[in-house]
Amino acid sequence: MLSSEEWEILSLSLKVSSVAVAVTLPFAFGLAWVLARGKFPGKILLDGIVYLPLVLPPVVTGWLLLLAFGNNGPVGRLLSDWLGWQFVFRWTGAALAAGIMALPLMVRAMRLSVEAVDRRLEGAARSLGASPLRVFWTITLPLSIPGILAGVVLGFARSIGEFGATITFASNIPHETRTLPLAIYAALQTPGGEDAVTRLVVLSVILSLGALILSEFLARKAARGSEGGIHVL
Amino acid sequence: MSFEVNISRHLGQSTIIARFESQGGLTALFGASGVGKSSILNMIAGLLRPDSGHIIVNGHTLFNSQTRVNLPPERRRLGYVFQDGRLFPHFRVRANLLYGFHLARAEDRWIGFEETAAFLGIGHLMERWPSTLSGGEAQRVAIGRALLSGARCLLLDEPLSSLDEPRRAEIMTVIERIRDELKLPILYVSHDHTEITRLASTIITL
Repeated sequence: MLSSEEWEILSLSLKVSSVAVAVTLPFAFGLAWVLARGKFPGKILLDGIVYLPLVLPPVVTGWLLLLAFGNNGPVGRLLSDWLGWQFVFRWTGAALAAGIMALPLMVRAMRLSVEAVDRRLEGAARSLGASPLRVFWTITLPLSIPGILAGVVLGFARSIGEFGATITFASNIPHETRTLPLAIYAALQTPGGEDAVTRLVVLSVILSLGALILSEFLARKAARGSEGGIHVL
Repeated sequence: MSFEVNISRHLGQSTIIARFESQGGLTALFGASGVGKSSILNMIAGLLRPDSGHIIVNGHTLFNSQTRVNLPPERRRLGYVFQDGRLFPHFRVRANLLYGFHLARAEDRWIGFEETAAFLGIGHLMERWPSTLSGGEAQRVAIGRALLSGARCLLLDEPLSSLDEPRRAEIMTVIERIRDELKLPILYVSHDHTEITRLASTIITL
């Protein structure tokens, strides 16, 4: 079946994608919230910037990340000086690239679901004695869960498949940033690598299909919940 | 036990003005659809801010534009029952009923959970999801949820309008018993004359 090196590629891919989605999740929800509920000048601009990674060539996103988070980039230098965080040539860089590429999809799914929350229910909760913060935790957030789950699954699938921004920003380093798509690319460049390519491709298809089936399952589970919400109690 | 309301608010092209006082019992706000009856209730509940005026309920000033008093809805202690029930779809009936009960201070609670369930005849619905309730059942749960939140009075926004005839009679009886047995002041909005003549002790025509 899989060689030990291929197992390692799989586990690295899962690690990079999990971290990418987990770290992106609060930012994505915050942006989804602001875009769904906020009224402020420059909203259209923020909207555009959030969706930019979806339409830019991934190589461009990777290069922009390099400019910002590279060792001489403004953000990269700050994080390196203060927290000792390094991104370039590290698996953390691969996770950052994957997270940025997943962001638009996650924001989109969550935004739709925040917009779908009936604001009259929030008014009802206020009149029953709930502060705005409590309304958020007990009404808005639970009713947004279907979209949050959909965003997580989509973001995870996008992260697993991430190639262009990763290879530009974090490079293709075995055991560090060589995730599944990068390993397939490397194997394609290697004479006699066809068997490895086949196994990795099958693995990749299984992972993606699994994510799609999971998201479909979650969507149906959510739809079974009454009126678009999912039961949490 | 009284309502003293004098508010105005621009909303789109029109101006909503409400000026009335009433003593206890059931005060009906009567008027055709579209004169802003629901907006008036929303202003009293604190969900919509009047441009000017004052709202005093049972001697408590909830809003006064001159003294800059504007209590947030969660501190007004008004049990607002909506036309469509607005039960929380992700909570079972029991959790819907207890939502405001848990948030109310112990000294503000004047009716218990079991007592409310018995009063409204909803004890058998506790484990149900709101989407499985009939219109009449949902409206009784919504009323119970408002009572349990420690409300000083009830605001009812056309609570019968989405119900069929037998259910209307059933909920009207419930409202009469709240008025007579629990002696809770009620502000009742409707465009239906028969409802109002049966239920109201004071009628305000808008």
